[in-house]
Amino acid sequence: MDLTVLTWLFVGGTFAIYFGIAIWAKASTTSEFYAAGRGINPVANGMATAADWMSAASFISMAGLIAFMGYDASLFLMGWTGGYVLLALLLAPYLRKFGKFTVPEFIGDRFYSQTARIVAVVCLIIMSVTYVIGQMKGVGVAFSRFLEVPYDVGLYIGMAIVFVYAVLGGMKGITYTQIAQYVVLILAYTIPAIFISLALTGHLLPQIGLFSNVESGVPLLTKLNNTITDLGFAEYTAQKTTTLNLVLYTLSLMIGTAGLPHVIIRFFTVPRVRDARLSAGWALVFIALLYTTAPAVGAMARLNLVDTIQTGAVGTPQSNLAYDARPQWFKDWEKTGLLTWDDKNQDGLIQYYDDKSTEFQAQAEGLGWKGNELTVDRDIMVLANPQIANLPNWVIALVAAGGLAAALSTAAGLLLAISSAISHDLLKGVFMKGISERGELLGARIAMTGAILVAGYLGLNPPGFAAQVVALAFGLAASSIFPAIMLGIFDKRANDLGAIAGMLVGITTTIIYIFWFKGWFFIAGTNMAPNLPENWLFGIAPEAFGAVGAILNFIVAYVVSRATAAPPEHIQHLVEDIRVPRGAGTATSH
Amino acid sequence: MASEERSAANYWRANMRLVGILMFIWALVSFGFGILLRPVLDAIEIGGVGLGFWFAQQGSMYVFLVLIFVYAWRMNKMDRDFDVDEV
Repeated sequence: MDLTVLTWLFVGGTFAIYFGIAIWAKASTTSEFYAAGRGINPVANGMATAADWMSAASFISMAGLIAFMGYDASLFLMGWTGGYVLLALLLAPYLRKFGKFTVPEFIGDRFYSQTARIVAVVCLIIMSVTYVIGQMKGVGVAFSRFLEVPYDVGLYIGMAIVFVYAVLGGMKGITYTQIAQYVVLILAYTIPAIFISLALTGHLLPQIGLFSNVESGVPLLTKLNNTITDLGFAEYTAQKTTTLNLVLYTLSLMIGTAGLPHVIIRFFTVPRVRDARLSAGWALVFIALLYTTAPAVGAMARLNLVDTIQTGAVGTPQSNLAYDARPQWFKDWEKTGLLTWDDKNQDGLIQYYDDKSTEFQAQAEGLGWKGNELTVDRDIMVLANPQIANLPNWVIALVAAGGLAAALSTAAGLLLAISSAISHDLLKGVFMKGISERGELLGARIAMTGAILVAGYLGLNPPGFAAQVVALAFGLAASSIFPAIMLGIFDKRANDLGAIAGMLVGITTTIIYIFWFKGWFFIAGTNMAPNLPENWLFGIAPEAFGAVGAILNFIVAYVVSRATAAPPEHIQHLVEDIRVPRGAGTATSH
Repeated sequence: MASEERSAANYWRANMRLVGILMFIWALVSFGFGILLRPVLDAIEIGGVGLGFWFAQQGSMYVFLVLIFVYAWRMNKMDRDFDVDEV
C-alpha cells in the first residue's frame, strides 16, 4: 500500500483512539482534573509517566545525538534515567503523602510562604512553556514530513487533539491517553530497532546486538570505530568532553529530571504512598525499554549511514556513492532540507568525512577531496532509519504515529502542569481564595485552553532559543524546584527565608551563567563571552551548570535557615507527618 | 508518647540508612563505573569495548531499575515493621 495512505491510516487510527478516550474519561471534579481522582493503578501510572516523560526529543532526537556523540551521549542516558532513582527515593512518596495537587502548593505550604509559592509557579511556568515549544515543533515536523501537510496545518491538528482530551478530561483524560500513547510510541521505536539489529548482527534484542559481532565477525562497535576513524572522525567509544563536564552535565540532568513538575504530579494520581514508590519503578521499566534501545539505534544508524555513503575502503573513487545512484530515502530527506549535498570537488561523488580533522586533511587533499559534502541533521536519524534499513512501509507509518504520540503525550502533561499552577496556585491560592470547586474547575479549563493557544503560537513562531531549551529547563528544575522540595522533606529546620533565598540564588546564578555564554534570552550576539571552554568557570559548560546552581541553592538555604527563626511548630509537625505513610488516604479529601 | 517518638525516630533512621546505601550504588554504577572508573574497567572487554562503556549505555540503567524496586520492597516492609503502613 502507498506510504502516505498507510501513514494516514496509522495516525488517523491512533488519533481516533485518543479521541474516544477523551469522551470516555471526562473529569467532573478538581480532584479528577488535577490528579485523576487518585485512582490510577501503579503500573498504569508508570506507563503514563513514561509517555509523559519521553518527549519528541527522546523519541526523535536522542538516538541521533548518540549516533554523532558516541560515548559522550551516555550523559543523556544516565542523566534522564538516573533522575528516577532520586524521584523514587527522595521525593515521590513524601509528596504523595502530602496529598495536594501541585508542586508550588507543597513549596508554599511547607515554607508557609506565598512568596515561595509564587517563585515556584514562575519557575514552573518558564520551564514548562520552553519545554512545550519543542513538542509543538515535533508535531508540526512529523506532519509535514510524513503526511505532506503544511507545518502549520499539522500544528493545528495536534492542538485540536490535545484540546479535546486535556480540556475535557484533565489529568484523568491525559493519563488514559498517555497509556495508549506509550504503547504506540514504544512499538514504533522498538520494532525498527529489532529489524535493524537482526539485519546487522543477527540478534533480536538491540541491547545485545550493540555488543555483538557483525557479519564479518568483528564486534559492531569495533567496526564502527574503524569505519569512522578511517574518515577522520573521532572514535565512537572514546570520551571527548572533559570528565568534570561529563559528571556535572549528567548530575544536572538527573537532578533536573527529578525536579520537573509535570513528572512529579504524575505521582499524585496513585492511591497510596506505597503505590508511589512502586510506580516510580514501573515508570523506569517502561522508560528503560526505549532508553536501552536508543544507544543501539544510534550506533547502528551511524554505521548504516556511513556504509551507504562510503561503500568501500577510503581511497578509491568507486568507494564513494555517486550522487545519481543515491537511494530513495536520501531523495526524500533532501526535500526537507535536513539532508544536503554540496559537490565541492565537482566529481559527482559524495564525500562524507571530518574535514576539521588535521590528521586526515593531507589524505583528503591527496584524494582530491575539497571538504565534507554531506550535511546530516541529527534529528532525521530515527525517522529515516526504517527507510535506510529498507524496512516495509507499515514500519515507517508506525514511526510517524510514534513520533506524534511522544510529542502529544508530553505536551499534554506539560500543559496540565501549567494550567494547574495557574488555576490552583494563582487563582485559588492567591487571587480568589473563596472560589468554588466548580469555579476552579472552569478556571482550570480556561487556563488549559490559554496554555494550548500560547504553546501553538510559540510552535508557529518558534523563538530562536528553542534548541537551547534543554539546558534552560533542566537547569531551572535542578537549581530551584528539586532542592526546595528535598529540603522541605529532609531538613525540618529549613524555613521560609532559607527556601526563598536558596531558590533565588539557584535560579539567578544558573540563568546568568547560561545567558552569559549563550546570550541574554538567547539573543545571538548579546553574550558576554564567547561560549568556549577556556572562558567557562573551571571549564564548566553552561549546560552542566544546573548541578552547581542546585548545590548553591542547598548551601544558601541551609545557612539562611540556621541564621533565622525556626519554622513554626505546626510546620515541624507537617514534616513529621509526611515522613510516615500512615494516613495518606485521608489527605486526599480536602 | 516517648516510645512512639523513639519509634518514629528509628523508622526515619532506618529509612535514611537504606536510602544512603542505595544512593551509594546509584552513584557508583553511573559516575563511578560509567565515567570515573572507566579506564580501570577497560581491562574487561565486552563487545569490542571496555565494560565502562557498557555501564554508561546499558548497565547503569538496569541497576537503577533494581534500586527502585529494592527500595519499594524494603520500605513497604519497614512500614509494616514500624507499624506506620497505610490501612
